[in-house]
Amino acid sequence: MQEYEVGLWIFLLSAFLGFELIRRVSPLLHTPLMSLTNAISSIAVVGAILVTGNKDASTFTKTLGFIAVMASTINAVGGYMITDRTLKMFKRKDAPK
Amino acid sequence: MNDVLYPIFYLCAAGLYIMALKWMNSPTTARRGVFAGEIGMVLAVVGTMLRYEVIEYHWIILAMVIGAAIGAPLALMMPMTAVPQRTAIAQAFGALAAALIGTAEFFEHPPHGFVLVALTIEMLLGYLTFTASLIAFAKLQELMPGRPLVYKGQNFVNLLVFSTAIGLGSTFYFSPGFPWAFPAFAVTAMVFGALLIIPIGGADMPTVIALLNSYAGLSASAMGFALNNKLLIVAGALDGSSGFILAIIMCRAMNRSFTNVLFGGFGAIVSSGVGKAEQRPVRSASPEEVASILDTARSVIVVPGYGLAVAQAQHKLRELYDILTRRGIDVRFAIHPVAGRMPGHMNVLLAEADIPYDKMVEMDEINSEFAMCDVALVIGANDVVNPAAKNDPTSPIAGMPILEVDRARTVMIIKRGMAAGFAGIDNELYYMDKTLMLFGDAKSFTASIVKELGVTA
Repeated sequence: MQEYEVGLWIFLLSAFLGFELIRRVSPLLHTPLMSLTNAISSIAVVGAILVTGNKDASTFTKTLGFIAVMASTINAVGGYMITDRTLKMFKRKDAPK
Repeated sequence: MNDVLYPIFYLCAAGLYIMALKWMNSPTTARRGVFAGEIGMVLAVVGTMLRYEVIEYHWIILAMVIGAAIGAPLALMMPMTAVPQRTAIAQAFGALAAALIGTAEFFEHPPHGFVLVALTIEMLLGYLTFTASLIAFAKLQELMPGRPLVYKGQNFVNLLVFSTAIGLGSTFYFSPGFPWAFPAFAVTAMVFGALLIIPIGGADMPTVIALLNSYAGLSASAMGFALNNKLLIVAGALDGSSGFILAIIMCRAMNRSFTNVLFGGFGAIVSSGVGKAEQRPVRSASPEEVASILDTARSVIVVPGYGLAVAQAQHKLRELYDILTRRGIDVRFAIHPVAGRMPGHMNVLLAEADIPYDKMVEMDEINSEFAMCDVALVIGANDVVNPAAKNDPTSPIAGMPILEVDRARTVMIIKRGMAAGFAGIDNELYYMDKTLMLFGDAKSFTASIVKELGVTA
């Protein structure tokens, strides 16, 4: 099988898995869900690291990669922290104050 | 050795991401989900650093330190009411990263075949989502007017710009080597992103934010194809389907299609008909009267809307909730899916004010309860409670599922004045015999009700 064919299979299965998982998320948590998926998509940092750290990367590439690593890190750090901060606020009635 | 190790790291990271989303299904496990996501991210980064291709660390580490130094204080200091803006700007950053990585890769290892197609899709989605999210941010932050900006032939112009971007992108494949093709492609993609959001009004923001979330995920997935990285494909696909399904939920909650949300310029067209509404009598009430009615009620359902967020009235509302609950009155909150500016906005706002989440009820569950409740208190919501959606087939919001507050014994509406809502339609609810209009600012009116109730205690 070609590499891209494997990729398409993975994409298909993950997309369906995503649909099934998200459908079960309570509307109560849709806002933290969005900040969480946002943080998850900052996985782009992997691509950014590969581009920036490459041994024969040009200055142009390194500059773009540097900005990309920075932008993704802001998202990753900020995204996970804000999701946790938001979720901490959700309390049940009988929860200790 | 390292080349055996990093795929294992990636595999664990993907598994953790899936668990993270699974745990989000309940508030009791959700924080565990965040933790799983964090571990997944750390594994992914460490695994990537171990790869033999990565030999220079100092720039990467410097960028990460700067990123963390910006991201952490932003997350800690941001007021909770700014959540929609933050989501928009975060999507802009994410999309920018994807676009820049695509660009770097495009020039560094000139690709061909399938990789080139994937890379072009990544850059197209990345650049357009970047500017689209920036405009959404500007609108939510009120740096730009939040109302839809429409002009004649707008859809034609947008279509033209979009096809130009696609056309320029396809030259990479069919006739590579044009020196100007790349910058032109990036610019048209960005222009299209901006044009796409300019006609979107505030009430459609929940759908658009969710849709942009989906695009950001899809561009990460396309990057996965371009770099042949399975972890990116999985994470991007999860994010892409999440945003997409949220956008569908939002559309359904308004009984509208994607096309209508994106190209309809809703609100701007309709509002031209406003102003001709005749003067009809309404009943208004003072805080004292409201307090005495609430005092004798047994069950109260509060319907919050965007106006609650604008007036920052959630903490006063919590005081009202406390005082009524202490008197044995059952108080619940009815949440319409599109109330506010992003999915779940109202829940976060109420949770911030320490209102227990088991008192927040979804539309489908609470609608049958209105007939049995003594008072429905509407704060800062309008179109989502407009009975015209059910009764008037010619109404612009006809068929939109609403919270059926008109079935409650008494309806109270806190409102600044008689102005129409976002959709620009008059609301029959205001003129019903059992409706009391409470004119004033949501925060100060709620505060005076609380005060009155305190006096009678």
